Amino acid sequence: MALPAGKALRTVFGETVAALADHDPRIVVVDGDVGSSTGAQIFESAHPERFLQMGVAEQNMLGVAAGLASVGFVPFVSAFACFAVGRAFDSIRVLIAQPALNVKITGGFSGLLAGKTGKTHQMFDDVAIMRSLPNVVVLAPADEVEAAAAIHAMVATDGPFYLQLYRESTPVLFPADYRFEIGRSVKVRDGSDVSLMSTGVQTTRVYEAAEILARRGIEATVLHIPTIKPIDEEGIVEAARASGRVVVVEEQSVLGGLGSAVAEVLSSRHPVPVQRLGIQDTYGESGPDELLLDKYRLSAAAVAQDVEASLLRQRLPILHLEGADRR
Amino acid sequence: MSSTALGVADLQAKARLARRETVKAIAHAKGGHLGGPLSAMDILTVLYFRVLNIRPEQPDWPDRDRFILSKGHSCIALYVVMALRGYFPPEEIYTFDAIDSRLQGHPDMRTLPGLDMSSGSLGLGFSAGVGMALGAKLANRAFTTFVMLGDGECNEGIVWEGAHVASRYALDNLVVIVDENKLQQYGWRADGSGDRRPPYPDGVLHDRWRAFGWQVSDVDGHDMDAVERALQEAKAVRGRPVALIAHTVKGKGISFMEGNYRWHSRVPTDEELALALAGLSDAGLAVEA
Repeated sequence: MALPAGKALRTVFGETVAALADHDPRIVVVDGDVGSSTGAQIFESAHPERFLQMGVAEQNMLGVAAGLASVGFVPFVSAFACFAVGRAFDSIRVLIAQPALNVKITGGFSGLLAGKTGKTHQMFDDVAIMRSLPNVVVLAPADEVEAAAAIHAMVATDGPFYLQLYRESTPVLFPADYRFEIGRSVKVRDGSDVSLMSTGVQTTRVYEAAEILARRGIEATVLHIPTIKPIDEEGIVEAARASGRVVVVEEQSVLGGLGSAVAEVLSSRHPVPVQRLGIQDTYGESGPDELLLDKYRLSAAAVAQDVEASLLRQRLPILHLEGADRR
Repeated sequence: MSSTALGVADLQAKARLARRETVKAIAHAKGGHLGGPLSAMDILTVLYFRVLNIRPEQPDWPDRDRFILSKGHSCIALYVVMALRGYFPPEEIYTFDAIDSRLQGHPDMRTLPGLDMSSGSLGLGFSAGVGMALGAKLANRAFTTFVMLGDGECNEGIVWEGAHVASRYALDNLVVIVDENKLQQYGWRADGSGDRRPPYPDGVLHDRWRAFGWQVSDVDGHDMDAVERALQEAKAVRGRPVALIAHTVKGKGISFMEGNYRWHSRVPTDEELALALAGLSDAGLAVEA
């Protein structure tokens, strides 16, 4: 069963921040000349005086955001993930993360689908990089409902945030009354054969992959992890314990992203084999979205195939481990 | 307040005392920088004793003028001046660079009250200052943001990103002081000698800041009366941000350090320390610890 269509998270970003700013004069948006792409133009229409264009100059933009936060504003940074995190990393590290200033960084166009722009603009490392910074909360919502809730939580919580956003329209995974909580993972499907863990919009594809697997007789738990830092250790351990087999799927590099974060938790708390699906130590390329998702094994069909293959490959060692566990 | 009503002779004595404390602190810590702090010292003294609208006893006073030492490696000078101005007890100066100290090797706004921004990665403090000034404009607040940059620091691209934006938003509540001490850590080799060339030939920084839409003036960064006049004038300018190019001498006040790039971050030996203090001697003024 396919999920219903929904809004692009970039649109949700512009709408939600604009609505919050109606009642919160502290909120401003600083833009790195990409407001027409990141959804920030929606904010500019509603609050032109609080839309602060910084031009094509990301290092300074992040520094200006720190200065604004230090005098009481709540700046949202509108930028592509590749430039916010890649270009301006030092500004983030020294001026925002170290002093824990109240800056809300958004990384638009995170992941593989960056509008046919190719490897310069496809950012697979934003999670790995941002979760390495003390004091920073890292969020990757799955759909329009969760993205709006996450933005509300970011404003309500003092301190630096990184919010991964997404260019393309995204299926709706959560009901309107879904309650988002920073640091809490959400089980969106129950199954005892394997525990699939994912984050961001990729969770919607993993959910659909689980439905495909179910038709083949494999029942998967799907654990959505929208807060990559601080990570929900208990939720991850519980899901790993339920099936004894973990596959992490993300639209990020398998080096340092959610797969690494889950492996860090499980290696010390509940060691089980962890398979990491995602971008395999390579750069992307430009191309139509559907073909990119298939080629880089992130479409629902590809994920279902790879999970099934991984289960077949791991069957013997996993049974052996389970035997050892039961003693 | 008596401390803000100092005559220029008193200010010069303060700066001399501050230089003594700085050299002693670096020798005690066995680390840190000297050349840059000494070139900046007279300007910092004028700022904290004459220009900044601040309350040392209430360092987070919302309407205070902001000061960012973007050339954060010169922070020992800032710490000493802050201590003399009453932000913390002078004896704490000797915790500089020590474990658990509030006086970190580069300024940390989360450890020491009175620091308006963390800095140390060059150029970044300035961009935060642009944000503060922009925030003051947005919120209709009257404080002025002062940022001190080094001339070597002006190599950083982020400085010119920020300079562009500051003039674009007509941030006349932002004052930059470039401590042009004419040496950077290492810099370009001067032909035919062991010396190093200045980061920029004379006048180039003036022209660059002006080209970015700033009002620019020059001052002798060791003439404390002139520095004060220039800063007060800068504060009063409307319609544009102001850059004050302060011509200074790296290592100023200690003859064998002056103009010598090797004193950027060298620690004095016991003999050098004694020699330095002898050259800065000032009967009648001592730290009241």
